[in-house]
Amino acid sequence: MKITVNGREMEIADGTDLKLLIHSGKVDPDRVILVLNDSVVKNDLWTRTILAEGDRVELVSFVGGG
Amino acid sequence: MEDTLVLGGRKFTSRFFLGTGKFGSKETMRKAIADSGSELVTVALRRIDLEESQENILSFIPEGITIMVNTSGARNANEAVRIARIAREAGYGDWVKIEVINDSRYLLPDNQETIKATQMLAAEGFTVLPYMHPDLYAAKALVDAGAAAVMPLGSLIGSNQGLKMRILIEVLIEEINEVPIVVDAGIGRPSQAAEAMEIGADAVLANTAVAVAGDPVMMACAFARGVEAGRLAYLAKMGQEKAVASASSPLTGFLYDE
Repeated sequence: MKITVNGREMEIADGTDLKLLIHSGKVDPDRVILVLNDSVVKNDLWTRTILAEGDRVELVSFVGGG
Repeated sequence: MEDTLVLGGRKFTSRFFLGTGKFGSKETMRKAIADSGSELVTVALRRIDLEESQENILSFIPEGITIMVNTSGARNANEAVRIARIAREAGYGDWVKIEVINDSRYLLPDNQETIKATQMLAAEGFTVLPYMHPDLYAAKALVDAGAAAVMPLGSLIGSNQGLKMRILIEVLIEEINEVPIVVDAGIGRPSQAAEAMEIGADAVLANTAVAVAGDPVMMACAFARGVEAGRLAYLAKMGQEKAVASASSPLTGFLYDE
């Protein structure tokens, strides 16, 4: 199944939830703001949110800035 | 003497705001905030890579500090609004520095789009601090749009050129009385921060000049003191500049008078 993560296409297994997606990488989950199809999904809902074909995921975080 | 700045319904005792970009380490940034006494800092929102294992910048910002997300990277009002909404939805408050920039060489703010974004976000209850080109009509429009402050650039972002826009900022200070004027961008030295405060700015926001200094923590403290000195001088009301000398010592009773 294909989804888009930060503008890039990504292949994931059916049934992958948001928590699984985040934990597949090295990023600190506490740092991540996850935006699914233009809405922020808080981390307590990550296990309950199963990704669907064509979903657009944005993974963003606060960084230093002026 | 109590001299608090009221901004967006909050009281600030320090009029020195600090950006968190370009610091060599997050610990240095944390110490610069803590030691300078700054009570408001800006952060940016960026895409991250799943394979990236960086520390969370927010855990290095001392407790009680107002965090304002900037909309850097936004090229129009809609993009700025989207960034602000994401930050708020994620639970990080509603303070936003609007920064809409199209020009990559001079990084000048687009006042028209900034006004639009300010209207939209203020209507949604955000505390909006727009970074702007110091134009009086734009500043008035921002106030009408619901801005909590107006933040004119001193000079180009990160240029350390100081208060090049002084004459236009003085116009804003004189004409815009509804909200504080925060001089943002280009302030390269504590003396330039003091100059901005001496002419009546309500606060100064600096980043590059502090973050890239040999000792950023010491420089943050120097900036905080520059801001404080300039503020005191403004409140104390400075003497007028004169073209000719005016003796400080009495002009009578000289020892060698015949």
